[in-house]
Amino acid sequence: MIEVRDVRKTFTVRSGRLRRRRTMVRAVDGVSFTVREGEFVGYLGSNGAGKSTTIKMLTGILTPTSGSVRVAGLDPARRRTALARRIGVVFGQRTTLWWDLPLRDSLTLIRHLYRVDPVEHRRRLEELTELLDLGPFLGTPVRQLSLGQRMRGDLAAALLHAPPLLVLDEPTIGLDVVSKATVRGFLERLNAEHGTTILLTTHDLGDIERLCRRVMIIDRGRLAYDGDLERLRTSVAADRMLVVDLARPAPPVQLDGIGVERVDGPRQWLRVPRGMNAAAVVAALARRYEIADIALREPDIEEVVTRLYRTSGAFGAE
Amino acid sequence: MRTYGLLAWTWLRAAAQYPASMLLLGLATAMVAALDLAGIALLFAHTPRIAGFTAEEVLFLYGTSAMSFAIADTLLGGTERLGEHVRRGTLDTMLVRPVSPLIQIAAEEFTPRRMAKLLPPAAVLAVVLPRLPVEWTPGRIAMVPVMLVSGVVIFAAIWVLTASVQFVVIEVHPATKSITYGGAFLTQYPMTLYAREFVRGMTFVIPLAFVNWQPGLYVLDRPDPLGLPEALRLASPAVAVLLSAVAATAWRAGLRHYRSTGS
Ligand SMILES: Nc1ncnc2c1ncn2[C@@H]1O[C@H](COP(=O)(O)OP(=O)(O)OP(=O)(O)O)[C@@H](O)[C@H]1O
Ligand SMILES: [Mg+2]
Repeated sequence: MIEVRDVRKTFTVRSGRLRRRRTMVRAVDGVSFTVREGEFVGYLGSNGAGKSTTIKMLTGILTPTSGSVRVAGLDPARRRTALARRIGVVFGQRTTLWWDLPLRDSLTLIRHLYRVDPVEHRRRLEELTELLDLGPFLGTPVRQLSLGQRMRGDLAAALLHAPPLLVLDEPTIGLDVVSKATVRGFLERLNAEHGTTILLTTHDLGDIERLCRRVMIIDRGRLAYDGDLERLRTSVAADRMLVVDLARPAPPVQLDGIGVERVDGPRQWLRVPRGMNAAAVVAALARRYEIADIALREPDIEEVVTRLYRTSGAFGAE
Repeated sequence: MRTYGLLAWTWLRAAAQYPASMLLLGLATAMVAALDLAGIALLFAHTPRIAGFTAEEVLFLYGTSAMSFAIADTLLGGTERLGEHVRRGTLDTMLVRPVSPLIQIAAEEFTPRRMAKLLPPAAVLAVVLPRLPVEWTPGRIAMVPVMLVSGVVIFAAIWVLTASVQFVVIEVHPATKSITYGGAFLTQYPMTLYAREFVRGMTFVIPLAFVNWQPGLYVLDRPDPLGLPEALRLASPAVAVLLSAVAATAWRAGLRHYRSTGS
């Protein structure tokens, strides 16, 4: 469905008012991957890692500086319009709907743009309205929709022409728990029941854990990890961190299977590997030390990415 | 084209939700457009001829130019906003749809207000055409619609060209506006009013002379005051096609330059 070979995108940025300096930003720096039909792939990376730039090259918005891209059998930069009929695209950061038109009119415009047959359109609109619960705000101008409503409208707009591939750039950004759950549930069904291939970027590890079997992590324009979510979870980087405040400063605690990551006065950071019972660790600690406070931290995605990058030799991008 | 119609229609319907404001804005636009006409009237209050042309003849030049411009503006005026879309990165969303972004932008916020500009030149042409002191040979009769269509295409191509520039030089908008609107204004008067070199520029560089001046000379059966070859009078359609090709190339090059925005 998607085939990317050694793709690069370099932006020239002019900076400085008086002396115009030109710097090259390598937004995407030699990325290769393949996404097969029916896959649900999560695309992760810290801010500025190059996720959106990759997506824009996949959808034909940007022309790659070098390398080759094929999406649904087409070269996106050359056959952008033809490709648009075969893919759905959603940008969480900006709407594809028309600000001043009611959602229903926006969707009608989309029907004209994609030349969807009216009967087919009505059928799909009904289905999407039900799945995404659009009913209550179909008649509302887009500008008056809440972020979560707008997002659902955007999803419907991207799917009215029944594309076999859906590309999403941060679809859950800024959504509350309920909206997130609706969107996730919808995407899950779309993938499972319609076999739609989905590529999704996000900063929300929850999205990934719920939805994706495969993740790709990009860091500073390079692929740092591409593979199974399970393997990522069990990797070093996905260990949880136990932050313990002892009653008084002490040398690093000694517990079987637990490494001490950092010591700062009475506070110590203990690395608890996945699969080890955190409660048992706390109990063992409490038997030997006087503990003032304790907190268990799940690794956030930024941390996973930085760690991966540091140890990327060990993982190696396929 | 069909898609353009459908898009424009949807925008029209949206605008029609506020009929009063639509009517008022339309009226205001028509009045502003008629101001050009007042300028011409003022000139002829002092003299029976300007640059050797009678009032009917100048009004004919005005009518054809303003008509072509109004049609081009109605169809493509929306492209003025391209710069904004480029700067804000909102062009992204148009690029993922299966229709040229040019059509999408052009049709964007299509309002009947744009069409109000058609009224003054249409009225002028209706009055002036039967009064022109020329012998209406089939060639001359045919030339009027041909020059109008060529004019529309030339203006439209200039719109697209200036829009393409906005891909590269995002801040240039006021200058491009002066080319399009300035061009519309200049062609309302006989070219003999202007300096020779300037007219040459308008003939061979930015071919505004082919909107109404050269074909107008044919219709009015006048020799070219600058002594340019007679063949140029019939060249408007060819110029229009050529300029369209240039504009299309520039547009494609501009799109390749588009770099979106971060985030
Ligand atoms: N239009 C542009 N012009 C110049 N530089 C750009 C442009 N778009 C992106 N960049 C740069 O390219 C790099 C990658 O940006 P990109 O938007 O792909 O990151 P991202 O992974 O999507 O980040 P985020 O998580 O913040 O959305 C950044 O350093 C950014 O500054
Ligand atoms: Mg991004």
